[in-house]
Amino acid sequence: MSKDVKTPMLDDLEKGAWPSFVKEIKKAAKRSNTAHDLLGILERSYRDKVTHWKHGGIVGVLGYGGGVIGRYCDLPEEFPGVAHFHTVRINPPSGFFYTSKAMKELCDIWDKYGSGLTNLHGSTGDMVWLGTQTDKLEPIFAEITAKGWDLGGSGSCLRTPSSCVGMARCEFSNIDTMSICHTMTQKFQDELHRPAFPYKFKIKVSGCANDCTAAVARADMSIIGTWKDNIRIDQAEVKNLAKSMNIQEEVVDMCPTKCMSFDGSTLKINDKDCNRCMHCINRMPKALRPGKEKGATIMLGGKAPIVTGALMSWVLVPFMKLEAPYDNLEALIRKLWEWWDDHGKNRERIGELVDRMGMRSMLEATGLPPVPQMVKAPRTNPYVFWAPGEVK
Amino acid sequence: MADKPKRITDLGSPDYNKFLPPVIAKNYGKWKYHEYINKGVMKHVSETGDELYTVRIATPRLVSTDYIREMCDFSEKYSGGYLRWTTRHNVEFFPAKEQVDGLVADLKKAGHLVGGIGYGISNVVHTQGWIHCHTPATDASGVVKAVMDELHEYFTTKTLPARVRIALACCLNMCGAVHCSDIAILGIHRLPPKVNEATLANQCEIPTTIASCPTGAISPNPATKSVKIKSERCMYCGNCYTMCPSLPIADGTGDGISIYVGGKVSNARGPARMSKLVIPFLPNNPPRWPETVKAVKHLVEVYAQNAKKHERMGEWIERIGWERFFKLTGIPFTYQHIDDFTFARDTFRMTPTFKWE
Repeated sequence: MSKDVKTPMLDDLEKGAWPSFVKEIKKAAKRSNTAHDLLGILERSYRDKVTHWKHGGIVGVLGYGGGVIGRYCDLPEEFPGVAHFHTVRINPPSGFFYTSKAMKELCDIWDKYGSGLTNLHGSTGDMVWLGTQTDKLEPIFAEITAKGWDLGGSGSCLRTPSSCVGMARCEFSNIDTMSICHTMTQKFQDELHRPAFPYKFKIKVSGCANDCTAAVARADMSIIGTWKDNIRIDQAEVKNLAKSMNIQEEVVDMCPTKCMSFDGSTLKINDKDCNRCMHCINRMPKALRPGKEKGATIMLGGKAPIVTGALMSWVLVPFMKLEAPYDNLEALIRKLWEWWDDHGKNRERIGELVDRMGMRSMLEATGLPPVPQMVKAPRTNPYVFWAPGEVK
Repeated sequence: MADKPKRITDLGSPDYNKFLPPVIAKNYGKWKYHEYINKGVMKHVSETGDELYTVRIATPRLVSTDYIREMCDFSEKYSGGYLRWTTRHNVEFFPAKEQVDGLVADLKKAGHLVGGIGYGISNVVHTQGWIHCHTPATDASGVVKAVMDELHEYFTTKTLPARVRIALACCLNMCGAVHCSDIAILGIHRLPPKVNEATLANQCEIPTTIASCPTGAISPNPATKSVKIKSERCMYCGNCYTMCPSLPIADGTGDGISIYVGGKVSNARGPARMSKLVIPFLPNNPPRWPETVKAVKHLVEVYAQNAKKHERMGEWIERIGWERFFKLTGIPFTYQHIDDFTFARDTFRMTPTFKWE
C-alpha cells in the first residue's frame, strides 16, 4: 500500500446530490490496499489527464480463454496495491434479479480476494469485479463455481448475452426474453469461454420495439419481440383514458403509419398498416396490448464504431416464432458463426463482414431468402452481380 | 490426488427462476398493464389481479460491497430479500403496497435518490475511464458524477417532454455503445499516436498493426524495424494502440470530450437512430468538467423549452431542422460537423429545401 496520498480532486466528487463513486472507493479502501491505491492512481490521472493503466497481459483461469481482463498500472512502485488490477467478469442471472442471500455470498468472496469494488453491471451486462491479482484468480473461480456462478465472456468469443426484464414484469414483452437469454448462454458455453471467433459477438434480447437492452445498437444479433396479428383494444379503457389524455393528439396524430382513428369514443386501428412501433401501446397500456401471435424479428450486425464506423442491426428474419428450447434460433446462430468463421478477418465483426462480402454470401450460407423487409429500399446503383448459373 | 475436488466449469448463468420474487414467479407472462405512481414508483397489474410495486433508485455504477450489502438490507426489510438491477444501473425493490412509503422514506433518509421512471433523465450508462481502462480519452465516472450533480432533479422530480437517455463512452471503442443516445458524451483523441521505436519491434506484430488502421495511415519503417504514421491521414481512432502498445495515443492536451445528440434505440413513432455530432471538442477539466456540464445542461434546457410532449431530442431536431437547432442552441457549426468517413454522403443535404434558421 502506498503512503497516504492527498486526493483533493477526488474529494471534491464526494460532494453533490448524485451518488458518489469516490465515496464507494473510500469505503472499500478502509479494508483493501487495492482500493486504497486506486484512489492514489486515479487522483494522479485527474492531475495528468491521462490514464495510468497499461495494456493488459493474458491472465485467466485454467481451461478458459476469457472472463478475466489483465490490467497493470504504470506506477507499480508508487502504488503497489494496484500493480495488478485485474477484472473478473461474472455471468449474471438473466434479467438481473438477485436474492440478498446470493448477493451477500458473492460480496464475501469478493471481499476475501479483491478490492471490494464492482460495477453493477458492465456494459455487456456482466457483474464486473474490479481489481485483483493473478494468484487470486483460481481461488475466486473455485469459490464462485462452488456457489453456482461462472465467468462471463471476454475477447473474441460470444460475450455474455443479455436481456430486458421481459415477461417477468413487462406486459409489452412478446417473447420470453430471460428464458431465451439464459438458454442461449447455456447452449453456447464453449463459445463463451473459449474465444475462437474472428472477433467478439454479442446477443441481446428485447421483448418489444422499445428495445430496452439497446440491442439494435449494441448487439451483433439483436432479437426484438413483435407480433403478427392485431393490437388488442379494450374500448372501455379507451373511453376512460380519454378523460385524462388527448388521444387524438398524443396517440393518433403521432402514429407513424397513420393507421389509427378516434371519433371521441372508439379507437380504430387498421392493423394491416401498423408497423408495431409501440407508441400507442406505450401511451395507453391499460387500453392497448400487443397481439397474440407473438415472436421476434431477428436483426444482425450492430456494433460500435471501431473499425469502419458504427452499425445498427438490420432485419435478417422478419418473424421467428421463439419457443423453448429455441432450436431454430440456435441453428441460425450456428450457421452465421460458420460463415463468419470461414470468411471473417481478424477483428472483423459480422456486420462488417456483410459489408465487405455482401448480403448474398451470408444469405446463401444461412439459407435465408432475400425479402423486402431486409432493406429500406432496393438498390439504386446498376452494378449488379450475377452468379454464373443465373445467366442462361 | 484422490482427494482433489472436481473442477467445476461451464456452469453459465445461474437459473434466474431462483431469484424471482414470488409475485413475479406467479404472474410471469401474465402482466396486463402498468401505471407510474410517481418518478420513483410504478405499479404492474396482472391478469390474476395481483399487483407488483417497484421502487427505483440511482446508483453510481461503481459500488463497494458495503453498498451492495446496504441494498441487500433494504431488500430484506422491505422486499422479501429480492432486488434487481436495471440495464441503466438503477436498483429496484419490490415492496408490498403498504410498505412502499416506508421504503421510499428510508431510502431517502439514507441519502439515496429515488426516481428514474418515466419522462426525465434516468441513470447514465457509462464506461470505465481512468478507473480501469488502458485506452480512455477521458474519465467516465467523474464526468457522469459532475453532470448528474447538476441534472439530478430530472431523475427525482422534474419532468421533460420525453425520456432523455444520456450515455458516456471514454473513447471511440465505445464499450458503452453510446452512439444511439439522446445525449452521448464521447471521449476523443486529437493527436496521432507516438511511435515508440525502442519497443515496437518487441511488443508488436508489424503486419497486424498496419492492417489495424482504417485509413491506411501506417506503413513499415524497415530502417528502425518499426512503423511510420502519416499524420494527415490519422483520425485518432486508437485502433492501432489496441493492437500495439508501442503506439500510445493518449495526450493530456489532445484528449477531451465531444458531444453527440438525437439518437435513440426505441422504435416508438420512428426507427432507432444514431446520435449526431454537435460539439466537436471540450477540454478535459477534472474534477468537475465544467465545460461539459454546462453544455449538457444547456442542451437539456433548450430541448425542454422547445420540444413537444412525447418528442425525443432527435425527433424534435428533425422536426425543426438541424439549421434551426444550431441557431437555437447557439452552437457554432464547423468543419468538424461535416462527415468525411465511410458514411459521409448519406449525411449531405441533396435538396434545396431547408429553413432559413
